[in-house]
Order: sequence, then structure tokens, then C-alpha cells
Amino acid sequence: MIDLTPWHSLAPYALDSAAKKELLTRGLLDLTAHHTAQCQPYRKMLDAQGFRADTVSTPADIPFLPVRLFKQLDLLSVPLEDVVKTMTSSGTSGQTPSRIYLDRTTSANQTKALTRIVTAVTGAQRMPMIVVDSPAVIKDRALFSARGAGILGFSIFGRDRIFALDDSMQLDIEAVARFLDKHAGSPVFVFGFTFMVWQHLYKALVTSGRKLDLSQAILVHGGGWKALVKESVSSAVFRDRLKEVCGIQRVHDYYGMVEQTGSIYMACEKGHLHASTYSDIIVRRAHDFATAQIGEPGVIEVVSVLPGSYPGHALLTEDEGVILGEDDCACGRLGKYFQVHGRIKSAELRGCSDAYAASADHPAKRPLYGA
Amino acid sequence: MAPDDRVQLLAPAGAELMRIGDVRPLQPFAPEVLAFLGELSEVLCADPRTRTLPDLYAFGFWCRRNSLEAMRRSYPEINRRLGRGLVFHIAPANVPVNFAYSLAAGLLAGNANVIRVPSAEFAQVGIIAEAIDDLLSASTHNVLRDHIRLVRYDRDEQDITASFSSTCDVRVIWGGDNTIDTIRQQALPSRGFDVTFADRYSACVIGAEGYLEKGKQSSVAQGFYNDTYLFDQNACTAPHLVLWLGEPGAVQRAREVFWSELHAQVQGRYALEARSAIDKWANALRYVALHAGSRIVEGQDNLITRVELKKLEPGIENWHGNCGFFFEYELVNLEQVLTIVSRRYQTLSYAGIDKDVLQNLVTSGRALGIDRVVPIGRTLEFALEWDGYDLIRTLSRLVTVL
Repeated sequence: MIDLTPWHSLAPYALDSAAKKELLTRGLLDLTAHHTAQCQPYRKMLDAQGFRADTVSTPADIPFLPVRLFKQLDLLSVPLEDVVKTMTSSGTSGQTPSRIYLDRTTSANQTKALTRIVTAVTGAQRMPMIVVDSPAVIKDRALFSARGAGILGFSIFGRDRIFALDDSMQLDIEAVARFLDKHAGSPVFVFGFTFMVWQHLYKALVTSGRKLDLSQAILVHGGGWKALVKESVSSAVFRDRLKEVCGIQRVHDYYGMVEQTGSIYMACEKGHLHASTYSDIIVRRAHDFATAQIGEPGVIEVVSVLPGSYPGHALLTEDEGVILGEDDCACGRLGKYFQVHGRIKSAELRGCSDAYAASADHPAKRPLYGA
Repeated sequence: MAPDDRVQLLAPAGAELMRIGDVRPLQPFAPEVLAFLGELSEVLCADPRTRTLPDLYAFGFWCRRNSLEAMRRSYPEINRRLGRGLVFHIAPANVPVNFAYSLAAGLLAGNANVIRVPSAEFAQVGIIAEAIDDLLSASTHNVLRDHIRLVRYDRDEQDITASFSSTCDVRVIWGGDNTIDTIRQQALPSRGFDVTFADRYSACVIGAEGYLEKGKQSSVAQGFYNDTYLFDQNACTAPHLVLWLGEPGAVQRAREVFWSELHAQVQGRYALEARSAIDKWANALRYVALHAGSRIVEGQDNLITRVELKKLEPGIENWHGNCGFFFEYELVNLEQVLTIVSRRYQTLSYAGIDKDVLQNLVTSGRALGIDRVVPIGRTLEFALEWDGYDLIRTLSRLVTVL
């Protein structure tokens, strides 16, 4: 495993492109060597490609794994008895969720990185916290779903936490109003998944005709935009509408995934997602997986120095996005900034099938019948 | 079955849906059927829209009167055969023209036919339905009017499937294991039976020396492209495994030529979707993660994904991918093929190798699977012998006279 002291002692957006490339390449190479030695399936995957470490000069040269492999294979680089937490993604129904194995060190590094990235935006002070979700999500701690893990992970930035929704996902306006009264004059931290905030906070407020005063609050939200895109709700519309019903001004989206918990990508005041020193974004062309130019959309790869207990330091996501620039965002943060366009669309195959068993348990979509 | 607004009748327009149950059988290759299909062929081949739809043209070309007459000559006992009665066909959802071949086989065998066409509105389906409707309205073909019902209904409407099933003599199910399981929930009459076209797997064998000597490597590549990429390598006939036979030096050269010729075909013609590129890469990695010594062959892009097998083992058919995902293996000898062939194997395509040798391999070798041995480039060609069935003999009955 690698020593993360250099990263933990750097400000999260302090490295320019040259310095970052050097530090990150070294970290990722060390991780590659570690996982090659400790994780047999990972080593086989690298051997089968004829990978040689001496050909690596940038993070993009590190072999990447499609993120779905964590649904299909048990990939871990520590003895099973060292695993303290197993994270699972909230896969859609019928799909096998990802299984991410964390040991104490990786888990601690995730928490540390998350804290440093988030407090760079929210400030170090712990604020009264409103979770836009139902307490039911975190009741079963044995199973860390992505939603539950996200809430617990972000709860370290709050105090006096309340859940805004009841067990049947109804907004408890009275409880939230009382909470705001109690903490009047103090900034409040609101956290939730994008869809939950839209569906169960914004829409519930519109329907009720009531307003809440969240003008002193800061909202951090993450997770997919799929449902909102269907309703033609863009990021800008999301912010504007929320402001109308609760006066909230500081709204920060983030991009992250359970397979790389901790090294999330927070949006700045300009609405751009930023890579911190712990991680980076690479956009690849689907045609040959070559790296795309700045401004050229493609498949998003995420690299991170945090994954020590599982070989997830270079992952090809199933999201499409575009790098907007590097080291020159108007917000002043260094590093790459980017935009996520959403999930890559499913391939509609020709051929014989009546219906695809698009199960992740299967090595492939099964063609059903032949012509 | 009562008229039902859930069932759309594409052809013949205005016909009574279930009158078809009382139609009397014809002899196989009946003159009226040959006349009808022959004219359908002419209409389709002359239709300007056919020019942009090669699969439609292929069907039109297949049912030319002359070619049907030639097929008839393979059935010397035709005078003792009659259609079984009513055949209910469930066509596959994603192959636009397949329903037409199934209908033609049913007609040629002497039956009346209810055909459930794909629910997606493919242009090909519309054009064929329109042509059939026109022909059946003409007095020349009116005699076949009650031999054909082209229907479309939602696959979830199981009671409609039940109704057609309860009256048919043979049910022909295309569409794979899941569809077959679903359709089979609906009972057939006591004497009825299913002809099922289940999920199958196909492979390809290339004799390196023969392939290199013969030249024409570019047309082999074009044929292989049609066998695979044309339907996203998602037709059951499409090879997923390429087996090489020959001296190591020749195999090495043949592999280089073959894949680079194929790449030239794929490039510029095939639109690889991002999702498919990721699928292929994930499949390749997942395989090699579990099979030490197998190798992902480096390519210049993602159009062709190749995994070189370390060992040829049974079960490789469970690993197939789509959109240009191939396993390859250098055989020690041809008999090695028999160690992996299971019931799921359908088509063995070949180049640079004598077909008699392959026929012998399958039959004398008593292979569990492989129903078709065809040259590279012809795997998609429909024939009345399909998937191990002789469709004419299966869809007709034999009259015994002592």
C-alpha cells in the first residue's frame, strides 16, 4: 500500500498540471505494483495485456478496469480478515451490485480525503445538518448501500442531524421549520441525492405552497441526473427553482461513485466539477480508448490514489463527459474541471433477440435465437 | 378467437382472423404456393425501396420461382406428403425479415399460417406485408387468402398467444430461450408440437495453408464481416470463436492477414457504440482474470477485440460477446474441436479447409452439436434445412399407403 502523506498535506486544489502529473503518476504506479502483487485476478488482467510499468509516463498510461468488473468479480488486495466494510452500489433491480472491500487504512484515507475536499467548499466548522432523505436508508448498517454510505460519509460535516423525510419519503415541513428556528442565524448544511432533493424537497414545497428559509444554508448534492434530465431540469434550472422555494444560494453538486469513495469531484461556484489532488479525470474516445482533447466528449475514466484494499485506482466509468479545462477555472482552483453528460446509452443491437437478458452476471448480452 | 382490437392484422386486410383454422392442407411445393411466392419475389425485387434493404432483397432473391423449383427436387416423396394444417409462427423481434422465411417454409410445406411479426415497425415488415396483401387481393392468388394471417400484438398479451396456440398443429418459435419458455406456458392441442429455435452458438475454423494459397482474402474478410458485424455479432449464426489449423508459421501469417483484412472491412462501415466498446473490453478482462495465460491481442482500436485462448475448454460458448468480440485458438488437430462442441453449437463456418473433412468431423466424430457447416460469408443464408430441422418434412405429414 502507498503512503498518502504527500496528498494529505497538500491543499486539495493546489497542484498545477505538471506537478500533479508527476505526483499522481508515481502514486498510481505504486498502487499498480501493490495490486499486481496482492490481487491475483488483477495481475492476470495486466499480464494478459502485456502491461509493463516502465512504459508509463502519465496517469492515462495506467491500465484501467471497467467499473462493472466490481459487480462480476471479487477484487481485493488485502486478506479477507482485514476487510472492515464492504460497500455495495445500489444497482438497479435485477443487477448485481458492485462489491468494494475496504480495510481500515483505505477507509480512513477515504474519510480524510472526503473531509479535506468538502471542507474546502463548506468550511471547517461543523454545521447543523439536514439530510434530505429518510432515516430508513441508514438503519441497516450491515449493508452499506451507496445512498446510506453517502449520508453517513457526509454526516461528519454536520451536527444535530435531522432527516427531512419520514419513512414514507414525505417531507416533514414542521420538523424542518422547527429545526431552522432553533438554529436561526447559523449556517445550515443540507445534504441529499439530487433526485431526492428535487422530488421530495423542491416538489413537496411547491405542492404545499409553503416556503422554508434556507438562505443561510449550503446544499451539497450528488448522484445521477437521469430522472431530472427526463423532466428537462438542467443544473441551472435546479438551482434557480430551489432558490425560489427556499432562498438557498450556495448549491454544490458533486460527482463520485461508490467504487472510488472519498475522492469526489465537487462543483465550484461556477458550477464546474473539479478534480482534487487525490484523483483525476481522463476522458477517452470510445473508438480506441485514446485520451480525448479538452472540450471533446468521451467516456469518463476516474483515477484515485485512495484505493489500497481493492484495485480500483483507475476505473473506466459508464458515464459520458467532457473536460472543460485545466488549471484555469475562473474560481481559481487548479486541476482539471469538467462536466458529466450522463450515462452512456445502452447499445440497441440488431440480431436475433426478442429481449436481452442484460444481466451483469452474464459475460455478455445474450442473443436469443439465431437467424 | 373473437375479433380483438389488441391484434393488428397486417395482411390480408379485412380477413376474418380465425377462419384460417378450417383451411385444408396443400401438398408441399403446391403450384399455387410456388406461383404466389414467385410473384412475391418479383414484386419485392422490383420495389425501389428494396435497393437500400439488402436483407429484403436477399429474401426476394431466395424465393424466386426457379430457386423454389430447385428446392422441390430434394423431396422425392412429395406425393405422399401434406401440410400438417395450421402453423403458428412467433418471429424474432430484432431480425426484420425472418418472419417471411418462416412463412415461406410454412406455405411450402402446405400449411395455413398465423405469423406474429416483430412489434418494432421495421420498414421491411411493412413492405412485405403490403406486397402480400396486394397479391392476395388479386384473383390469381385468392386461393391462398386464408393460408396467411400476418398479425402483430404485444408479447405480454399471453391470452392471445394462448388462443392461437390452442388451435395450431405446429408452433414455430424463434426468439431464444426466454421467449421459448414464455410461449411454452401456453398449451398446444394434444397432437401439436413446437419447433423451437433456441439460443445457439457458432464458431469458425480456418485452414491456414488453404486460406493463404487460395488468395481472395479480401472477399473472405467481407464475407466474415457480413457473418458477424452485419447483425452486431448477435445472430446465432455469427461466429464467436475462430479456430486455426495448420503449421505454426502458416497460422501466424494467416492470422495477420485475416485480421488486418477484416479490420479494413470494419473500418468505415461499422459504427461501434461506446457502450459496446466498454462491454467488449470488460468481457475480455473478465475472461483473462479467470483464465491465466490467455492473452488480449493488442489492436489499433476497439473495432475488433480478440482474446487468444491458452486452453480450448468446454463452456467457451458461455463467454460470447457482441459487436466484434472474438476468441481465437490454434488447434493442435481438428479433432480437438469435438472436445468443446456442445448441443448449443449451431453453425461451423470455414475457409481454407475441405468441407468433406468437416462433415466427417461432425458426423463420424459424433459431435453433440453443429447443425450447419457453411463457407465463411454464407452463415446468414436461410435454407429449408435450418438448425438441424428439415422444415418441409417437419411441417408436413407423411401419408402411409400399404
